[in-house]
Amino acid sequence: MRGQEHEWTDLMRSANAGDTAAYHRLLSAITPVLRAAARRGLLRAGQSPDQSEDIVQDTLLAVHLKRHTWDPKAAFAPWLFTIARNKLIDALRRRGRRVFVDIDDFTDVLPGEEASEPTSGIDIEAHLKQLPPRQRDVLQSISVDGLSITETAKKFDMKEGAVRVALHRGLSTLAARAQKDPT
Amino acid sequence: MKTDDLIAVLIADHPTRTQPVWLWLLAGLCAALPLSAMLFMASLGMRPDIATAIHSPFFDLKFAVTLALASSAAALSLHLSRPNASLRGWMWLFALPLGLLGIGIVADFAVPQRVNWTSRMAGSSSLACMSSIPLFSAPFLIAALLTLRKGATSHPMLLGALAGLMSAGLGAAIYAAHCMDDSPLFVATWYTLAAVFVAFIGAMIGRRVLRF
Repeated sequence: MRGQEHEWTDLMRSANAGDTAAYHRLLSAITPVLRAAARRGLLRAGQSPDQSEDIVQDTLLAVHLKRHTWDPKAAFAPWLFTIARNKLIDALRRRGRRVFVDIDDFTDVLPGEEASEPTSGIDIEAHLKQLPPRQRDVLQSISVDGLSITETAKKFDMKEGAVRVALHRGLSTLAARAQKDPT
Repeated sequence: MKTDDLIAVLIADHPTRTQPVWLWLLAGLCAALPLSAMLFMASLGMRPDIATAIHSPFFDLKFAVTLALASSAAALSLHLSRPNASLRGWMWLFALPLGLLGIGIVADFAVPQRVNWTSRMAGSSSLACMSSIPLFSAPFLIAALLTLRKGATSHPMLLGALAGLMSAGLGAAIYAAHCMDDSPLFVATWYTLAAVFVAFIGAMIGRRVLRF
């Protein structure tokens, strides 16, 4: 666990220095841990773990959009787990529950506890449909169709810079919608 | 959407650089300053004896106290913009404006005065002060709340209150150029009440808009 957390911190530092491969490895490494923690948190609150993937995706989105608020001199894991905890509380609150969430739900997760299979989230998919068309097209092209920025630009006859702007705006809008969503 | 698909989008957006919160906040406050200053010049304007008032230490102290409050609140706001930050061990920053005000009050009693301390505290413009400081703070508060959304706080209400104190400090520094009451007793009473009011407004808005 300790070694893993050091690795995350190093990966995030590399990612901030512009290393996209390190960023990819980091997001892939934290996802199963976030998933296990979200399931555990939901179960503990007496909820079905069905919506755990929505919490995972909310957390990943926040990690991405708020990565500049991580202090590079500090460890990455406490920052990550605070965000994950906030997202779990938000999800429970949206279901009308006031639940005390134990921070240990996140720090206790063992590396072996990653068996649960990846599922799909519903919330982001739903919010995606309501984005302005340009942002929605760009996001879908890169996520579902798996195209690169360059390929997406060609496909929609846009400049690469415009694709990047639409992509970033789309992600920010998704995060804002997820925040407001009363469901 | 599959989580792997979402990660693919995040990876694609990775080269987009995000700016630190302090830069946003600074830009926001700089944009609010001319607005607030215009409001001030259009409504009240400088006090007529400003040229001589500048040489009065009690007049100058108003700016020192209010700007110290704004600086402390700004530093705390930026600190609290990280999700796993708490104010524990940081509250001493408020010792700066409070200490300055305390020194001022001691000095106020130490020097010979024409009127007694209750009249100095009541002053002549408490109502104007109470209404003007929130007015001149408003552009700063809007700018601060908007830009602090770039951060990620776990304490939206508290951060909103800090944004309020920061804006009140800046708004009060502007109002101080008009205010004829220079006694630190007046400042400690009416400026503080106005700042608490703006902090309350900030907290109420902050709890809604500063969640991430």
